[in-house]
Amino acid sequence: MTFKPLDRAGIAARIARDIPEGWFVNLGIGIPTGVSDYVPLYREVIFHSENGVIGAGPAPDADRVDPYLLNAGTQHITLRTGGSFVHHADSFAIARGGHLDLCVLGAFEVAENGDLANWARSQDEPVKQVGGAMDLAIGAKRLWVAMEHNTKANGESRIRLACSYPLTAKGVVRRVYTDIAVLDVTPRGFVVRDMVPGLTRQELQERSEAELYWA
Amino acid sequence: MIDKFVPDVAAALAGIADGSVILLAGFGNGMPEALMEGLVAQGARDLTLVANSGGRDDGPVAELLGSGRVRRLVCSFVRAASVAGRQFAAGKLELEIVPQGTLAERIRAAGAGVQGFYTPTGADTLLAEGRETRVINGRNCLLEYPLQGDVALIDAWEADRWGNLTHRESARNYNPVMAMAARLTIVQTRHVVSLGDIPPEHVHTSGVFVHRVVHVPA
Repeated sequence: MTFKPLDRAGIAARIARDIPEGWFVNLGIGIPTGVSDYVPLYREVIFHSENGVIGAGPAPDADRVDPYLLNAGTQHITLRTGGSFVHHADSFAIARGGHLDLCVLGAFEVAENGDLANWARSQDEPVKQVGGAMDLAIGAKRLWVAMEHNTKANGESRIRLACSYPLTAKGVVRRVYTDIAVLDVTPRGFVVRDMVPGLTRQELQERSEAELYWA
Repeated sequence: MIDKFVPDVAAALAGIADGSVILLAGFGNGMPEALMEGLVAQGARDLTLVANSGGRDDGPVAELLGSGRVRRLVCSFVRAASVAGRQFAAGKLELEIVPQGTLAERIRAAGAGVQGFYTPTGADTLLAEGRETRVINGRNCLLEYPLQGDVALIDAWEADRWGNLTHRESARNYNPVMAMAARLTIVQTRHVVSLGDIPPEHVHTSGVFVHRVVHVPA
């Protein structure tokens, strides 16, 4: 039997299944941005955007674009009824201050101790792209990561014993959603919660640098 | 009678000195573009620009950088393919990269008179190398200092003659905090309203933080 990895939208949809009504959630740029497309509006999840939007809604129809209403990826959005705006320092007080139930970020690598690397590919990368990831990573009540399990270039595992790229934050990741599995970060290490149909435990382990455990 | 309105952008920007630290609000929107264009014409040199990002290849930040009058840029990220990215790579621009929440809070601290704070953001990263850290409540934290501006360039939706402001939707972003953190706070507003027209509970930025306002209609 063969298996079919999820595409990026598939990863986003898989994450959306696990977000319950009532949570206050920040979605990072990349795969995580797509998560809100798969949370139905009747399930009241409040999405935060770092530029000060509380209650971000789906993209508007082309003829109803509001130039004053953007998300952190500077895409046009709508505001849900009940939504509100705060200034940038308050928006990051939300992030840093532990007010988010969940933040979902993209990553280059996650280590078995929960270390996150998602902002630079080397120590001496000339131009730095920190943005808001470090504040979100240390502040949210739960940090989940959405990424491909292996690199496109040479299939190297992003599920690491230790991160090889510069850290965004230490020991912060709780769960990783990849294109082939869902892994919890626990004191033992990575515990597999879910795999795509047709994938064997051995195949998943072969694609992972860190040792995997099964719940 | 208090009246903070000035007749035009040139009057709004008059007296900005060489070597000034300029706080520039905006995040995708909410950037005072007419003031930025005016600053290019105003001619102050050797500037430090504090902004969310280094901008793109066009737009007012790129234009000011392109004029060669910014010595130092403080921001949360720079795109490699941008005027800022290329100037930095060529050694023509000093760059201080600050995590975005820390950037906003350093500006807020300056406006609030807080002389430093410890934050877990960035404490276990490359950004902490050679800097003071302290474990507080079991968490490793990094000491950060306030970021004071000489001048803040602010965008508003409505303004009255006291300088009370509203900001529209997500165009609020850095505007209220930067307005508090500079010795000279200059506002461009889309609409002018009479004193009292903004319901007191709905003033986003109090006029006490604002020094000059110029009307820039759409």
